[in-house]
Amino acid sequence: MKRATAWGFCLLFAGSACLAVDEAADERYRNLLYELRCLVCQNQSLADSDAELAGDLRRRVQDLIDQGMSDKEIIAHLQARYGDFILYRPPLAWRTAALWASPFVLLALTAWLLLRRIRRGHARASGSLSDVERERLKDVLKRGSD
Amino acid sequence: MIRGWLAVAVFAGLVAMLAFGLTRDPSRVSSPLIGLPVPAFQAERLASADEHFDSTALRGEWSLLNVWASWCTTCLEEHELLMRLSQQLALYGINHRDTRDEARNWLQVYGNPYRASAFDEYGEVGIELGVYKVPETFLLDPDGVIRYKHVGALDEEAYQEQILARIREGRP
Amino acid sequence: MIPELGHFALVLACVLAGLQAFLPGWGTQRGNPTWMRSASSLALGQGLLVLLAYLALTWAFIEHDFSVRYVANNSNTELPLAYRISGVWGGHEGSLLLWSLVLSGWTVAVVALSRRLPMLFRARVLAVLGFVSLGFLAFMLATSNPFDRLIPAAMQGRDLNPLLQDPGLVIHPPMLYMGYVGFAVAFAFAIAALWGGQLHAAWARWTRPWVTAAWMFLTLGIGLGSWWAYHELGWGGWWFWDPVENASFMPWLVGTALIHSLAVTEKRNTFKRWTVLLALLAFSLSLLGTFLVRSGVLVSVHAFANDPARGVYILGFLALVVGGGLILYAMRAHRIESSGHFELLSRETLLLFNNVFLLIATFAILLGTLYPLIVDVLGLPSMSVGPPYFNLVFLPLMLPLLFLAAVGPVSRWKKTRARELLRRLQVPLVLALAIGTAVPWAAFGSTSALVLAGTMLGVWCISGPLVALWRQFSRMRRGTSAGYSLRHLPRHMVGMTCAHAGLGVIALGIAFTTAFSMERELVMNEGDSVAFAEHEFVFRGVQEVDGPNYRAQQGHLSVYRDGEPIVDLRPEKRTYLVQSSPMTEAAIYSTVWRDVYAALGVAQPGGGWGVRLYVKPFIQWLWGGALLMAFGGLLALSDRRYRYRRKRRRT
Repeated sequence: MKRATAWGFCLLFAGSACLAVDEAADERYRNLLYELRCLVCQNQSLADSDAELAGDLRRRVQDLIDQGMSDKEIIAHLQARYGDFILYRPPLAWRTAALWASPFVLLALTAWLLLRRIRRGHARASGSLSDVERERLKDVLKRGSD
Repeated sequence: MIRGWLAVAVFAGLVAMLAFGLTRDPSRVSSPLIGLPVPAFQAERLASADEHFDSTALRGEWSLLNVWASWCTTCLEEHELLMRLSQQLALYGINHRDTRDEARNWLQVYGNPYRASAFDEYGEVGIELGVYKVPETFLLDPDGVIRYKHVGALDEEAYQEQILARIREGRP
Repeated sequence: MIPELGHFALVLACVLAGLQAFLPGWGTQRGNPTWMRSASSLALGQGLLVLLAYLALTWAFIEHDFSVRYVANNSNTELPLAYRISGVWGGHEGSLLLWSLVLSGWTVAVVALSRRLPMLFRARVLAVLGFVSLGFLAFMLATSNPFDRLIPAAMQGRDLNPLLQDPGLVIHPPMLYMGYVGFAVAFAFAIAALWGGQLHAAWARWTRPWVTAAWMFLTLGIGLGSWWAYHELGWGGWWFWDPVENASFMPWLVGTALIHSLAVTEKRNTFKRWTVLLALLAFSLSLLGTFLVRSGVLVSVHAFANDPARGVYILGFLALVVGGGLILYAMRAHRIESSGHFELLSRETLLLFNNVFLLIATFAILLGTLYPLIVDVLGLPSMSVGPPYFNLVFLPLMLPLLFLAAVGPVSRWKKTRARELLRRLQVPLVLALAIGTAVPWAAFGSTSALVLAGTMLGVWCISGPLVALWRQFSRMRRGTSAGYSLRHLPRHMVGMTCAHAGLGVIALGIAFTTAFSMERELVMNEGDSVAFAEHEFVFRGVQEVDGPNYRAQQGHLSVYRDGEPIVDLRPEKRTYLVQSSPMTEAAIYSTVWRDVYAALGVAQPGGGWGVRLYVKPFIQWLWGGALLMAFGGLLALSDRRYRYRRKRRRT
C-alpha cells in the first residue's frame, strides 16, 4: 500500500510537471495572432485589435500561411520588420537570458540553500534562516534592477 | 547587517531605473532595420500607376524616405519643414493607406516636397518598413542603408540633432 | 461653494496628517504620553475631513457641477446616478481621493480596534499611517487636486470613460484599494516593531487579522477586476497579464506569503525577520503598483492621464517610504531574535517553501513587467513581455504550490513523519487520481497533460485540507455532539480550508476553461445558424436600441442545446454619445458548468454582421473560487481568538 501511495505521488507530480500544448492545425492562424502584439493598440494582440495596422498584419499572416510558411518562419518574417516588440513571447536570446532563466535559477538556488540550512542545523537558532532569506531578497531585488 | 544594506542599495538601483523610465516614452518601438539596406520593394507611383517606385534605386546620395497620408493630421505639422528640406535633400514619400485622388489633392493644396511618392494603398510597403505610426521618416545613406528612423512629426530639433548630425558624420 | 469646502477639508486633513505623522512619533522619542495619545484624535479628525472632501466631490458629481474640472472631464448630464457616484473614482484625481479615504478608514479602524496595544507601539503605528496619508494628501493637493475649478464652467461634461460604465467597475476599485491600502497597516506594524527594536511574540497575533482583512479585500478586488475584463472587453479573456493586473497581483502574492509566514511566527515564534520583511514588501509593492499605473512608464490598458510631475512625486514618495523602511530594517533587524527548532519534514519547512514559490512567482512577474524598461535602459532594442512568458513561468511555480496546499494542513509543527503524511493523504490522492482522470474524459472526451495536472491538483488541493478539518472534527466529536463540534471548529482552520479549497476550485476552472473553450468568429446574416460546441446559434438580426447616454446596435441570437432553446443572447455594439468610442457589450449566459458568450462585431460591407461566439466550460469557477478564498479570509477573521480579545477589552 505504501509503495502504491508513493507511486501515486510520482504520477501526480509527473502529470503536473509536463505541459503538453495541443495545437490543432486549424487553430494555427488564431494562435499566431494571440502571440503577436499590435503596435498601435499596444495592449492588444493582433487577434483582438481593431486598428488598421492589425488588419494589415492579420492579412499578411494569412498570406504567409497560405504560402506554406511555418510558424517559425512567419514569426521571423515579422520580427525582421517590427523587431522583438511584436512578439508577446520574448525570443530566447542573450538579451532575454535573465528574463527566462533567473526565476528558475533563483528557485533552484533558494531551495538548495534552504534545504542545506535546515538539514544542517535543524534551523538551530535565530539568524540562520532569515540570513538565507535576506540573501534571497537581495537576489530578487538585484535581478529586478539590472 | 551588510545584507540589509545591500537590499537598500539594490532598491536604490530599482528607483534609479524607474526614474530613467520616466524620461522615456514606452510606446516608442525601436526599428530592427537600422543599419540594414532599405528593404527591396516595388510599388506604383502616386503620380501614375504605370510608373514604378523601386526602393533599390534610393542610393548614391543621402535621402529621406517619409511615410505620409492625406488622412494624417500629424503629417501637416511636419509639412512645412519637409518643404524646406526638399530644397537641400533628396526626399521621397510613401503614401500610406490612402486613395490616389485624395493624396494628389493633398499635395496640390499643401505643396509636394517629394521627388516621388510610392503609392501604398494596402499598407504592404508599410509592413516591409515596419511602419506603425504615420508619419515616419527614414534616413538613408548613399549606400541605401537605413541610418535612422524618426517616428511622429519631424521637427527642427530632431532634424538638426539626429539627421543632419548623421549626414555630417558620414561625410568627413 | 461646496467644492471649496471639500478642498478646504482636504487641506486641513493634510495638516492633521502632518501632525499625526510627527507629533506621536516625537512623543515616543521624548516619552511624552500626551503627544503619543494625540495620534488617535488626529487620526479621527483626519478621517472625518477626508470623508467630507470625498462627499463634497460626490456631491459635485451628483449635481453636475461642471465648474469643477474633474467632474467636467468625467461626467455628463446623461450619466446615470450610479455611475455618477462611481465616477468619483473614474479618473486619476478622484481615485487618489478614494485611496486617501480608504487609508483613513483603515487608520480609524486601527484606532478603534487596537486600544489594548502598548501606548508606544500604537503611537508609532499611527505615526507611520499618518506619514503615508500625508504623502498622498500632499500629492493630491500639489499635483492632482480633484476640486480644481474650470472657469468658465463647461456647459456639458465629457462623460465617464465608457469602459468604466459597468456594474463590475462600481465595486471593483473600492475593493482593490481596501486591499492595497490595507497592507499599509501591516507595514506600519512592521515599522513600529523595528522602530522599537523588538518584536515580541504578540506582534504576529496583532498583525494577523489586519493582513487577513486586507488580503480578503484584495482577493475580492482582483476577482472583480478579472470578472469585469471578461464582461467588458469582449474578448472572452479573464486575465491578460497587463501591467495594471500585475500591479495588483504582486501585492496579493506577497500578502498570501505574509499570511502563511505570520502563522509560523505566531505559532512557533520563528521566521520573525522574514515576516517583518514581507510586511514591508507587501505594501512596497502596493506603492510600486500605484507608481506603475499612474506614471506612464509602462504601456497599459489603464490610461490615467500621464503627467511627468506625478510620476516624479510618486517615485520620490516610494523611495522615501520603502527606502526608509528598508534602511530601518537593515539597522534593526539583527535585534530581532527567532527561536523554535524544526526538522526538514515539518509544517515550518512546508510553509517556508510556500513562501519560496510565492516570492519567486512575484519576482518573475516583477521581472516580466519591468523587463521592457530594463532593456530600454541598457539601450537594447524594444521588446514585449506578454502572456506567453507569464503563463510559461508562472504555471510551473504554481503547480508545486497547489501540491503543498494539501500537504501543509495535514502536517505537524516541528516534526512530521512521512508515513503519517502518506496515510493522511491517501484519500485526497485517490480522489485526485480518480477524478483527475475520469472527469475530463467523461465530460469532454479528451484530456491532456495540462488538464490532467490541473484537475488532479485542483481536487487534491480541495480534499487535502478537508481531511485535516475532518480529523479535527472527529477529535472534537468524541466528547460532544456533532452539531456542537461543527459550530466550535476553530474558525481559522475552517477559513484556511475554505481558502485552499477556493484555490483548488480556481485550478479546476482554469484547467477546463483553458483546455476546452471553443471560439468561433464568423459573419452571420439574419436567419443564419451555426452549430458548435454542442450548441446551436440562430442569428435573428440586429436592431437599434437607445440607452441613457448611448445608442446601441443590439444583436439577437437564439441559443439551443440538444434542440431545446436555452437562452436568447443580446450582445450590443454601443456608441457612447459623448466620447463616441464604440464599445462591445458582450451577452453572457452563465451556468455552473459553462458560459455561452456572444459579442457583436461590425456590420460587414457585403451584408451580415461579424459575430464572436464562445462556449467556455467551468469559467465561473474562477470567480467562485476567488469568492471562496475571500470567504475563507472572513471566517479566519471571525476566529474566537480575536473575539475574545475584544470581549476582554470591553470589561
